[in-house]
Amino acid sequence: MSTRLANGGRLIDRTRPVRFQFNGRSMSGFHGDTLASALLANGQTLVGRSFKYHRPRGIVASGAEEPNALVNMGQGARFEPNQRATTTELFDGLTARSQNHWPSLEFDIGAVNTHLARFLPAGFYYKMFIHPRPFWKHVYEPFIRKSAGLGMAPTEPDADRYEHLYAHYDLVIVGGGIAGLQAAKTAASSGKSVLVMEQTAHWGGRAPVDGAVIDGRDAAEWVKATVAALSAMDNVTLRLRCMAAGVYDHGYLTGYELVTDHAPQTDAPRHRLWRIRAGHIVIATGAVERPLSFAANDLPGVMLASAVRDYISDFAVSPGDRVVVVTNNDDAYRTALAVRAAGLDVPVIVDARPMGGGALAAQARAAGIRVENGMGIARVVGRRHVTGVALCRMAGGGTVTETLPCDVVAMSGGWSPVVHLWSHCGGKLSWDEGAAQFHPDPSRAPTGADGAPFVSAVGCAAGAMAVGDVLASGHDAAMALGGSGQAASADAQDTAPIRPVWIMPDGAPYGLRSKAWLDFQNDVKVTDVQLAAQEGFESVEHAKRYTTLGMATDQGKLSNINGLAVLANARSSDIPSVGTTTFRPPYTPISMGSIGGDARGDIFQPLRRTPLHDWHEANGAEWEPVGHWRRPYCYRQSGETTEGAVQREVLAVRASLGLLDASTLGKIVVKGPDAGRFLDMMYTNMMSNLAPGKCRYGLMCSENGFLIDDGVVARIDDDTWLCHTTTGGAETIHGHMEEWLQTEWWDWQVFTANVTEQYAQIAVVGPNARRVLEKLGGLDVSKDALPFMQWAEGRLADLPVRAFRISFSGELSYEIAVAAGQGRALWDALRDAGAEFGATPYGTEALHILRAEKGFIMIGDETDGTVIPQDLGLNWAISKKKADYLGKRAQQRPHMTDPGRWKLVGLETTDGSVLPDGAYACSGGTNSNGQKNVQGRVTSTYHSPTLGKGIAMGLVLNGPDRMGEVIEFAQLDGTVTGAQIVDPVFFDKDGAKQNV
Amino acid sequence: MSDPVTALNHARYDGYVAVQEIGPQGMITLRGDLLSQRLRDVISGLTAGDIPSRGGVVVTGYTACCWMSPDELLLLLPYDAVSGALADIASALAASHHLAVDVSDARAVFRVTGPLLREVLAKLTPADVSPAMLSSGQLRRTRLGQVPAAFYLRDAETVEIICFRSVAQYVFDLLANAARPGGEVGLFRT
Repeated sequence: MSTRLANGGRLIDRTRPVRFQFNGRSMSGFHGDTLASALLANGQTLVGRSFKYHRPRGIVASGAEEPNALVNMGQGARFEPNQRATTTELFDGLTARSQNHWPSLEFDIGAVNTHLARFLPAGFYYKMFIHPRPFWKHVYEPFIRKSAGLGMAPTEPDADRYEHLYAHYDLVIVGGGIAGLQAAKTAASSGKSVLVMEQTAHWGGRAPVDGAVIDGRDAAEWVKATVAALSAMDNVTLRLRCMAAGVYDHGYLTGYELVTDHAPQTDAPRHRLWRIRAGHIVIATGAVERPLSFAANDLPGVMLASAVRDYISDFAVSPGDRVVVVTNNDDAYRTALAVRAAGLDVPVIVDARPMGGGALAAQARAAGIRVENGMGIARVVGRRHVTGVALCRMAGGGTVTETLPCDVVAMSGGWSPVVHLWSHCGGKLSWDEGAAQFHPDPSRAPTGADGAPFVSAVGCAAGAMAVGDVLASGHDAAMALGGSGQAASADAQDTAPIRPVWIMPDGAPYGLRSKAWLDFQNDVKVTDVQLAAQEGFESVEHAKRYTTLGMATDQGKLSNINGLAVLANARSSDIPSVGTTTFRPPYTPISMGSIGGDARGDIFQPLRRTPLHDWHEANGAEWEPVGHWRRPYCYRQSGETTEGAVQREVLAVRASLGLLDASTLGKIVVKGPDAGRFLDMMYTNMMSNLAPGKCRYGLMCSENGFLIDDGVVARIDDDTWLCHTTTGGAETIHGHMEEWLQTEWWDWQVFTANVTEQYAQIAVVGPNARRVLEKLGGLDVSKDALPFMQWAEGRLADLPVRAFRISFSGELSYEIAVAAGQGRALWDALRDAGAEFGATPYGTEALHILRAEKGFIMIGDETDGTVIPQDLGLNWAISKKKADYLGKRAQQRPHMTDPGRWKLVGLETTDGSVLPDGAYACSGGTNSNGQKNVQGRVTSTYHSPTLGKGIAMGLVLNGPDRMGEVIEFAQLDGTVTGAQIVDPVFFDKDGAKQNV
Repeated sequence: MSDPVTALNHARYDGYVAVQEIGPQGMITLRGDLLSQRLRDVISGLTAGDIPSRGGVVVTGYTACCWMSPDELLLLLPYDAVSGALADIASALAASHHLAVDVSDARAVFRVTGPLLREVLAKLTPADVSPAMLSSGQLRRTRLGQVPAAFYLRDAETVEIICFRSVAQYVFDLLANAARPGGEVGLFRT
């Protein structure tokens, strides 16, 4: 039974009790506890159920490597699944629930799976659920998702806030243990900017627990002094609760800072994602202890040896009263000594090595602890918790020599350096046979843009296990980066070498191996990996996917090395030739909130607002997203439908006067002695011969001939043109122009400037357009003074404006540009003066209908990146005189001149209905895929309120030659509708309305 | 003529730094040969300062000249002085290829003040804004959140940020959010 010890606990504060809840039960702990230590202190050793077999699961580890103790944390808008109890700092009011069981943790129906285990081997899902095919989606997958899986998904939006932080350092040291602190101390004297990140809430790593003596002092004292010295330096930043999550190219490093997880009442961002550029990265990430693979090693009470002494030393928590230690290396003897020092019983230390351990073993013997060399555990006894162990000879087949009662098994299979960050960006590993470890290989480090390594590994992460070596490696790495000073020193200790143990005992038969867990989180056993090898999954990556070894939230921090060693044995090859699976960021899962950062709610995405945005919003605008802009789709009046509003707006424009916010249209000034020549290349038609004061509609094509933009160009003066683009084209066309000027025609004297946002632009449209402008006064807008396709500068309503007499509706129309800061003033003046004409603000949908009635094309409707101007009957806007323009050559290719290209026509349904947008015209028969053959498609389709019927434009095979013919368009319900091919200009073909 | 209206009507947020929309600010985009004496003379006539070097800004009283690219400057001057300045530029550079346009209304300007302004910027821009890398006299063109922006220090505790007018609300909201009390990082020693 786990419990709180009366004394000790270097990280807890017994004067500050903390209340929390687990599965609805009220419990108490101390400030400084982790959730895991507090659960153990309350006797809660059962913390979850396993993924597949729903076996009882207890706390195994004390840090980030924990596979089992994952909980659903919090409630409602602060609910988060899969939180590791071992890294969760306890706070008052914490609520947690265990995962993956039904109906309760103590009684789980799924646990029956454990008896079916022999029927659920590796690859079971793939073999079982493949037939019949439709069953996967409708039967198997929903069932599996329910019975497997870890935490639940949150159901409410996250109540917390998150943020990113960009930071730049010459040197980033990952890990605040003694290696990292030594490296920081040595490097800091160089004056370089140094960041030291530590994922836990404490400096010093394992050294204080393990009783290291540094420079003749307790490690804890050395750590305290070193941190104090570093804190005092201006060039050093120290950051606790900040985990390095990933290392990427160019010294990019992500840090995951838990700002308020331990103090959730604080009004601060919960997590902060550090986005760091580091000149160099030193990883001092330590090592993770490996489990041993013996039968029933997954029972609650079987723990890592290091974790057992962490709980005792850090939190004064005894995981149990009788602790059997099983090991293949010297380090676990520290646990036996710590357990004994806490006044608890160590019935035996089971050492798999025939010759046993070194100095620490001698100490244990001297303390009177029984040590059995050359022995192993045949199996753990117990159903829901360890009640004893059956011992056997390591060399044999598992014949039980003795059974001992105990309630904790502290196991150590050796230590694996935490090489994740080294590996993220291409650092390679080498296998150290003697230490039975993968080490970062310094000769194959991650390299930066200059080809030089930008990551170094130090301390246990680099394979240095003795305290003196750890300090020296931190110091040496920092010296190589320009540091100075002396390394702290520690006395060497006599240690006996490790004996790698991948299966215990060596000759374990199937019955034991099939109960020896490799991966506690994903329920992968020794026999599963062996079966995978037997079935041909030789690559470690394939074996991982097949068996699920090392998947999910812990990514095999405990299981990987053991698993691949078993795989290597099963393949009769060595460990280095099997290799590891790929280490990918993040090191441990990071919150989705931290990834999103501040990009949520109002600032999820930038919204571009015109100078009239507020007015639109206050006046019923239904918004249409156009790029990042919001434009009014229509303005709904009370009691009006969206469609009704659109129809009203169209009729009002045709009958009297409409006002449109056209501010979003792109406006690019092009100036210089070569500007005319340049625009002749940009546009398909001539712009160089446009007279100052006049406007011309132009088309722009890509170099592949496809139509990319259109708009009206106004010539401002001799060497200045103003090019209007589509709303979406403003930035891209400006970039397109600059690209050609900078890469191809760099010697042409042309400057461009995107002045889109300088102006509010208001279209004044309809038979009364001139009259309202005349009412504003100040500018002669008469037919003679300002004819169609000309512009004038002057004042309207005492505002300086440019008035362009251009029309996208077929009506008498002016577009008035005014400085953005006076846009609202002009808009208000127009509405006031226009009131007597029923001035009607209209939105983009009315704009679209007005232009469609006139057969004007719209980029993005009639074009889709595959359409050339010739397809749209726009040959009149393509200069035949010009030697060249962008796209000209492409448009002469055979495919572009193919008479079989679909061409633009108008379409009128025979029954007056509106064709579906994008509908295809069928041509009888089917193609090789069994689809109907097609001969055209709808590009724009509307109900025309002006004409009282459905109108459409479309691209049709030989369309212009088939006027009057009726073709059939497919409806969504499978029926067809007949439509007659007509001229695309449906309204006022002679242009009488705009020519006034 | 009505008074020009800024995008946010001088919105203000007081967090652990203060965020305030200012303006209207006169701005002229001037493209040309930055090495020419004529252009140099025009700039010194308008701003009483020199042409900044790459990545720089020369601030002289109410005017400033920002280096935007090898052939582009941004002049900051009083809003009312823009049309006169444009006329001056036009006549002085009549014989040389150049482009000068009024972009005063195309932009929004924010002033962020407080000792921790650098870390507020660091929450939003990937540019290095540490004292070593961003000092007065430098203009940083970068992004804030998801939109382009430029900024320069007016003094150790004041930065001016220029962005496009259409995203003024977004940039204000970004800055205000980053400046919310409780979010202090302590990134730079002050």
